[in-house]
Amino acid sequence: MKFPWSAGVPPAAFESVGSGMKKIEEKHPLAIRWFHWINFPVLTLMIWSGLLIYWANDIYRIGFGSWTLFHFLPDSFYSALNLSHRLAEGMAWHFFLMWFFAINGFLYVIYTVLSGEWRYLVPNRRSFLEAIQVVLHDLHLSKFHPPRRKFNGAQQIAYTTIILMGGGSLVTGLAIYKPVQFAWLTSLLGGYPAARLEHFLLTLGYVAFFLVHIAQVIKAGWNNFRAMIAGFELITLEDFPDE
Amino acid sequence: MNDKVELPHDKERGEKTGEGANAEDREGAAVQTRPVSSANPDPSKKPVETAGDAVSKIDGPLRGKTEKEVLRQAIIRSRRSFLVAGAAALGGFTGWRWLNSRRLDDDILWPLRSTLQVNEQLARDYFKTTRVAPTFPPSTAKEPRINGTEGMDTDFDPASWRLRVLGLSEYGGSGTQNMFEDPGTGENGITLGLEDIKQLPRVEMVTELNCIEGWSQVVQWAGTRLSDFAAKYGPVTMSGAPPDVEKNPEDLVRYVSLETPDNGYYVGLDMPSALHPQTLLCYEMNGRPLSPAHGAPLRLVIPVKYGIKNIKRIGTIRFTDQRPADYWAERGYDWYAGH
Repeated sequence: MKFPWSAGVPPAAFESVGSGMKKIEEKHPLAIRWFHWINFPVLTLMIWSGLLIYWANDIYRIGFGSWTLFHFLPDSFYSALNLSHRLAEGMAWHFFLMWFFAINGFLYVIYTVLSGEWRYLVPNRRSFLEAIQVVLHDLHLSKFHPPRRKFNGAQQIAYTTIILMGGGSLVTGLAIYKPVQFAWLTSLLGGYPAARLEHFLLTLGYVAFFLVHIAQVIKAGWNNFRAMIAGFELITLEDFPDE
Repeated sequence: MNDKVELPHDKERGEKTGEGANAEDREGAAVQTRPVSSANPDPSKKPVETAGDAVSKIDGPLRGKTEKEVLRQAIIRSRRSFLVAGAAALGGFTGWRWLNSRRLDDDILWPLRSTLQVNEQLARDYFKTTRVAPTFPPSTAKEPRINGTEGMDTDFDPASWRLRVLGLSEYGGSGTQNMFEDPGTGENGITLGLEDIKQLPRVEMVTELNCIEGWSQVVQWAGTRLSDFAAKYGPVTMSGAPPDVEKNPEDLVRYVSLETPDNGYYVGLDMPSALHPQTLLCYEMNGRPLSPAHGAPLRLVIPVKYGIKNIKRIGTIRFTDQRPADYWAERGYDWYAGH
């Protein structure tokens, strides 16, 4: 069967089986679940080893002139996570894990393209307006209910942006890892110090994404979370007027 | 409700995800040949409950399925997936523990050391080792910070400094120089003064010094190319033939070692990087003679490497076929450290 909101999408994505009040609806393909859960610890360790490296020249701050609102990062943060005086170790881990991060990311992109999954993930003309509506809804500022679709506009934007950010981390990382071999890239990014800052800002972006993502996953509940492990959601047919 | 249109896709999905594809195939095919009217499943066909067939059960005619049955199938699939997830998490954690309990190779875990060496090999095989580092307008040049005092003994006397050079071919221009015998190895070498270095072609360049700590500084340097130095003094060759730095660098020994006079700091270079046109034996920084803190009387400038390879106060240059010891590589850093 097809749900009205799944019209025009490949049939493999929304098959659902069962009858009565509950039914099983396929959500996340197995490959995507693996990519997701491999990426989670790898990216975590990339950020960890990145912090071991960043500590050796921790110059970024939010402030103006001699006034500093926040310094990246406070000494208490380094000592709490034991991040100090470990530059060599950090670099070795970073240049080991980068392969897993890059390969897993490339495979994910290739898979989403070949399987057609990209259709649910890539934003379209309606996504941006919808994303605003979703945010207003989530902040309880609007009564508009996000569409019952695999990924709403806000999700499409978020999940596509995070992949572009992953690509950005590879590109800015390459620019500071091999600034002579990729001198054109380093210069395109504004030079070595600029590329290093961009690499850092992307990392802050992951942290921000992570916080919102976790909040949304908690808010969405068990059924949604289980889909990222087991692949399916259990839905109640009453939700659908066409049944 | 015509659920049968979904079956081919279900089958495809099952194969893609590897979830009970075989059982599903059989079940799916059976269902497709069955007329629509025979909606009630044959009780004898009720699937045996095994880990692989959760999907196959719900592929059958659906009208007879109860909510309870759907829930049961959901539980079965969940249980299996969470078991796999748990096993994968345990596997990942075990791998992490294993990696972290490996013996150290020059102060880092050997799998990480091996990866650095693989990365080095890929860089040397697939990058153009003669690619030049970007240069900058002299107006952007500033003093780099003074970083690292290793090998910078305070009782050093620049007036009596002589550069010791080892690993020279007998065909080189060494015969006329001041010979000495290395007390450690018994090897013959020559000693040179700064005036000998300054006789070689002078090169000026404005390049970025990239410290491994993460800071960088554009600096104007002046000195002579290490390749010109090698061409004049003639490193020993693998074949024993006269060295030809320009036309046959592959025949030269593969490494160069540079050490401070007190041997408190030492770096190793691969020969292609040592012979890079921007690798300088440097005696001037930002238009002035090198200050003691920046490595007077002679330091190395090598923009294709991190700052750690830009050794200050060179005491000894040794051409060698042994991969030389490197101060920071012994302390967990990448030996190659190439850009």
